Amino acid sequence: MLSIKDLTVNVNDKQILKGINLEIKPGEIHAIMGPNGSGKSTLSHVLSGKAGYTVTGGTATYQGKDLLEMAPEIRAREGVFLAFQYPVEIPGVSNVYLLKAALNSIRKHHGQPEVDAMDFLTLVKEKVRLLEMDEKFLYRAVNEGFSGGEKKRNEILQMAILEPKLCIMDETDSGLDIDALKIVAEGVNSLRSPERSFVMVTHYQRLLDYIKPDFVHVLAHGRIVKSGGPELALELEEKGYSWVEEAAA
Amino acid sequence: MSTAMASRYTAEYQSIASALPGQDLPWLQALRTEALAQFAEQGFPSPREEEWRYTNVSGIEKKLFAPSMDLTAGEINADWLEQYRMADAWVLVLVNGHFSAELSVLDGLPEAVSVMSMANALAVQPEIVEKYLGQAVDHAEHGFIAFNTAWFSDGLFVHVPGKLVLDRPIQLLHIVNKADAMATTRNIIVADDMAELKVVETFIGAEAYLTAAVTEVFVGQNADLTLYKMQSESEKAYHYGGSYIKQARDARFTHHNFAFGGLLARSDIHVDLDHASECELNGLYLGVKRQHIDNHTRINHLKPYAISRELYKGVLDDRARGVFQGRVIVAIDAQKTDSQMNNRNLLLSDDAEADTKPQLEIYADDVKCGHGVTVGQLDEKSIFYLQSRCVDEETARNMLTFAFANEMVDKIKIRTLHDMVLEQVLARFPQEGVNKEWL
Repeated sequence: MLSIKDLTVNVNDKQILKGINLEIKPGEIHAIMGPNGSGKSTLSHVLSGKAGYTVTGGTATYQGKDLLEMAPEIRAREGVFLAFQYPVEIPGVSNVYLLKAALNSIRKHHGQPEVDAMDFLTLVKEKVRLLEMDEKFLYRAVNEGFSGGEKKRNEILQMAILEPKLCIMDETDSGLDIDALKIVAEGVNSLRSPERSFVMVTHYQRLLDYIKPDFVHVLAHGRIVKSGGPELALELEEKGYSWVEEAAA
Repeated sequence: MSTAMASRYTAEYQSIASALPGQDLPWLQALRTEALAQFAEQGFPSPREEEWRYTNVSGIEKKLFAPSMDLTAGEINADWLEQYRMADAWVLVLVNGHFSAELSVLDGLPEAVSVMSMANALAVQPEIVEKYLGQAVDHAEHGFIAFNTAWFSDGLFVHVPGKLVLDRPIQLLHIVNKADAMATTRNIIVADDMAELKVVETFIGAEAYLTAAVTEVFVGQNADLTLYKMQSESEKAYHYGGSYIKQARDARFTHHNFAFGGLLARSDIHVDLDHASECELNGLYLGVKRQHIDNHTRINHLKPYAISRELYKGVLDDRARGVFQGRVIVAIDAQKTDSQMNNRNLLLSDDAEADTKPQLEIYADDVKCGHGVTVGQLDEKSIFYLQSRCVDEETARNMLTFAFANEMVDKIKIRTLHDMVLEQVLARFPQEGVNKEWL
């Protein structure tokens, strides 16, 4: 699905990622944990194509293609989805329109006809129920005036409708209370499939109580300093990050 | 302005004065003579005047616009009538500054309501016109008003009696299609106590010409009046449009100002607020190429408890320049004034310019007044967010720009007008491929 080799990235001439290696196979869930400033968000931004990051070395191959060469919207149409840490408000553009436009551009990208309006609404309403959202949200401007939890749920709603192959979740659990976290986790878990992979970037172990990862990687100072199974997350929870940082130093 | 130019207009005036409406009325004749003398002395406003510092109208002086003496409408593009004449309104059409009965639609008006041409009003009820003409604005204010007062050839006169609620809007369709013509029109709109009505002013045209329109509005006690203005003049035209509003106690007034056309366009909107009256001023200006679009608003809080809300938005591309000057003046006894003014500008090109100048002058001490101004480009975070949702960058930019502008279009409460303005926004939009379904 995704193969990252020796990836190095600069921001404003400062090296943030210092050689990342990561192999993600279809159906796997990888959690990337690390202290603040370790490069977690940089990794998710670089993979989704945000401007302002200079790749100075290494590769990221997604389904056999050079991911880093693609414009952000092409990555999205190819099935890479970034769930934002801070979803952006887009006043004046309705949620339902953006969902439909996004879905149709994915279909067009794959040579499929546009979605039927009725089928689309049925699909959307089903997913809205799954995430326990109010249907009214659909007709409001994207994220405008949404609470933090509602914004995060809206990200998962988009994910559920666009059915990406690789979901990159950037600090999805931050700002969520436990009830909202459960709903979000349930949404994510319902999307698990042998064809779909997840990269969950998170500071907190709590999310992993609800979405069980296959692998946990610890990022510190721009490198993956330790990889393991779900038990590594528990160890981090118990001991904090200082011991891995020390090990990395 | 050169005195030579002013004297050419003055000389021209003598040759057509006898054809202007109301010349048999001594009071009007005196008013016109006074205004003409003032114009001969001052000419059009100069950037040396504080309220004109960003707008140089000297381009107008390079030409000598002549009033059209042709009282027939002549050939009017049928598409224009189809496109701009509102099907659900009473429509008064002015062509090159003269009322056209054949193009107007005034059937079925309630008997108590007057909707007629200014020339007709001066003929049949001059004493009522006299009560209002020049009462909301003084021709000494500046050269365009003096010019308009001296020269006006016709206009719209509306009078709605007390407590009458008009369910159909009244539209003034102002058409100029003659090269080098000047269309100088004077309008009066009166809503008596507790009356409610909506009036739409639409300005369209072809060729290079000058529109100088002045509208005086009187909103009676507890009356409710909404005035829409859609300025879609030809891209070679000069447009001056002034709206001067006097609100009585508890009166409500809403203005929607859509400034799309003209090579150089200036609007003045001045509102006088009485005790506990409310006004809302909305504006949207879209400038492309070398357009210069200036909107100047002044809200006078004269008495306590009045509320004013103002939001002007501009989208400027190419070498276009947008000007917003907004003054709010709170008089010494206008306690408990509540006023909010905002101006937001989106610059789409490096050569576009926005000049914005909010001014609060507060002489009372117990008031709530705020203002905010932004001039900026599209938000890169928003563009990336849309891209990450499969939307290409160009479409993302268009979407955000359109959404920015559409907030103002969405405020229109008349369906036919909403659709007409939306079409204008789409047609004049800097980019192609803009899609209504985004909303």
